[in-house]
Amino acid sequence: MQQAKTTILSLPTGEFVHPGTRACTGCGLSIAYRVGLKALGPDTMLIVPPSCLTVLQGLFPVASTKLPCLNVTFASTAAAATGILATLKAQGNTHTTVAAWAGDGGTSDIGLQALSGAAERGDNFIYFCYDNEGYMNTGVQRSGTTPIGAITANTPFKGKLQQKKDVPAIMAAHHLSYVAACSAAYPLDLYDKILKCRDLPGTKYFHIHIPCPPGWGYDPRYGIKIGRLAVETGYYDLYEVVNGEFRLTAASEKLVEKRKLVPVREYFRSQSRFKVLTEEQIADIQKQIDDKWEGYYKKSD
Amino acid sequence: MHIIEDGNAAAALGVRLCRPQVIAAYPITPQTPVTEKLSEYVEEGSLSAQYIPVESEHSALAVCIAASSAGARVFTATSANGLLYMHEQVQWAAGARLPIVMCVVNRAVGAPWNIWNDQQDSISQRDTGWIQMYCADHQQILDTVIKAYWLAEKVSIPIMVCYDGYILSHTFMPFDLPEAGKVDAFLPPFQPDYALNPREPANLNTVTLPDVRVDVHGELAHGYMEIRYLLQEDLRLALAAAAEMERRFAGVFGRTADPYLEPYRCDDADFVAVGLGSLTYQLRVSVDALRAEGIRVGVMGVRFYRPFPDEAIANALKGKKSVIVFEKALSYGYEGALASDLKSALYEYLGGTGSLPTVQNFIAGIGGREIHTQELTDTLRAATQARVSKEPVWIGLKL
Repeated sequence: MQQAKTTILSLPTGEFVHPGTRACTGCGLSIAYRVGLKALGPDTMLIVPPSCLTVLQGLFPVASTKLPCLNVTFASTAAAATGILATLKAQGNTHTTVAAWAGDGGTSDIGLQALSGAAERGDNFIYFCYDNEGYMNTGVQRSGTTPIGAITANTPFKGKLQQKKDVPAIMAAHHLSYVAACSAAYPLDLYDKILKCRDLPGTKYFHIHIPCPPGWGYDPRYGIKIGRLAVETGYYDLYEVVNGEFRLTAASEKLVEKRKLVPVREYFRSQSRFKVLTEEQIADIQKQIDDKWEGYYKKSD
Repeated sequence: MHIIEDGNAAAALGVRLCRPQVIAAYPITPQTPVTEKLSEYVEEGSLSAQYIPVESEHSALAVCIAASSAGARVFTATSANGLLYMHEQVQWAAGARLPIVMCVVNRAVGAPWNIWNDQQDSISQRDTGWIQMYCADHQQILDTVIKAYWLAEKVSIPIMVCYDGYILSHTFMPFDLPEAGKVDAFLPPFQPDYALNPREPANLNTVTLPDVRVDVHGELAHGYMEIRYLLQEDLRLALAAAAEMERRFAGVFGRTADPYLEPYRCDDADFVAVGLGSLTYQLRVSVDALRAEGIRVGVMGVRFYRPFPDEAIANALKGKKSVIVFEKALSYGYEGALASDLKSALYEYLGGTGSLPTVQNFIAGIGGREIHTQELTDTLRAATQARVSKEPVWIGLKL
């Protein structure tokens, strides 16, 4: 069933994140989190491991989120979701949504075992990985999802030498009812996907691309522009996998019709973290993107 | 009703009587039969609980922490490296003040790999802020599980119920299985002060500053240090709560026990052997043998190890010539942890009184090394004749 697309005018005005959070200026997470909680609604319990979100939430005894939230250890996010679900089940509560919000390090690296375990058990919750492509909270170190060529505090001169780990594909391999790739630059796509997946069974996985001014090296006002550039260049795709069926969504879906990608060089030029990428590396990445999109075009023909 | 079962079954039966709502566990020898039994109870319908077969011990305690935070009575069990893998979560559960009950079926820790019994696993968790209770037989395992839920929920502190792997977990013994009604009378349903829920949102375990801080209503809230101080204070108060626990338990079940110590032939003894768990029952045989030789010796089991019942122990050992501590674990680089704790308590309460006993420390049964009763008897006899060594002495070492 195709639901009506949410617009900025039809987005609910109720807020679950108080103003004045401790997020950095221009933080992409604050957009995704704010809009994501609107979609989740008031009957929701949150689980958060140490990450930028822990900082955004504020310091005891002040909290910026108006939903119940359990802060847990770094590696235990998805297992904690299982624990809350088990209690809800024991209490006969079938209406409350359980949602975990973890960073890319907390998901792709230290939290992957617990996430895989919960997904394999089919525990009924929504897991959000907000991917700012590094350990930004601890001062910008590389993570499993840091892209190749990015300078971080522990890949200081050569940039990261390895590929980004494809976590949504790993989660899709668990045969989940719903896997989505979203971006903070397309919050309404995120919003609609959350509404769409809520009643699907088992674990639902969201991967959200999160522009990060201090980690990526750009003027905070350009966050949305850079997030969009990642999509317009075909470098990061918005999609969903519903019961195994892959489908591009929103701006990525439109790119298939347009058949014209912005050169990825534009994306790399917009951030200082990519300054050591060589022409050869950029050409190589451009070819990978072109090949991937050839596949998308063929599929749509 | 008296039944004959193994120690792990005693634990599982005790847990079932306490009606936990969420059980999470990961298999490790020799703990596995406890959680296998519980999965059986859940599948056959004799226990109404959510049984979560997690992918690691770290997640087992994560499930318990989250489930308890949301208001459920929870259970898990582990051993050895499983407990060590939980360590971060062990600390977290105490800091979050969750009344989790966990059985630790004592086993040696790697490296090298060893699946047999000693107590290095739970002793290495001594300083985590959990209450630790040690059992010496199957009745104690079952009873201690039931008592532990009452006490944990009374003081909002998690409890490890520790019992020796194989020696207790895999041996059969008769014990009394109480009626469910009695346990229900002793242990009311779990009612936390606060459980995570959408009607009263709260942000639990959030980042807390070194100093106190004013909240949005203008009231001063604790800093990290105050929160940690209260854990220490409540652990010390748990000693009195444990006495109340024993009184209430005796009132319902008719079995009375000292909450902290289990002395055997200690009253007129000049020398007292001290230990944790099943070793203290084996030492009773040595005590009887030495008593027959005319040596006035007794043995005292420490059932309640954290919080440490320092005053009770010092009073019990007042006027003894020597205290001989047998341990299946040690604080590597020094001596047995129990020996150090005892020395500290004796110094505090008996220092300068002229009745300060000497303390000797023997390490036995590491990695499941067979402890021959004759060896214990010979060791104990020698220790009554002269102080054997300042350093801990390893019994049965073949070097």
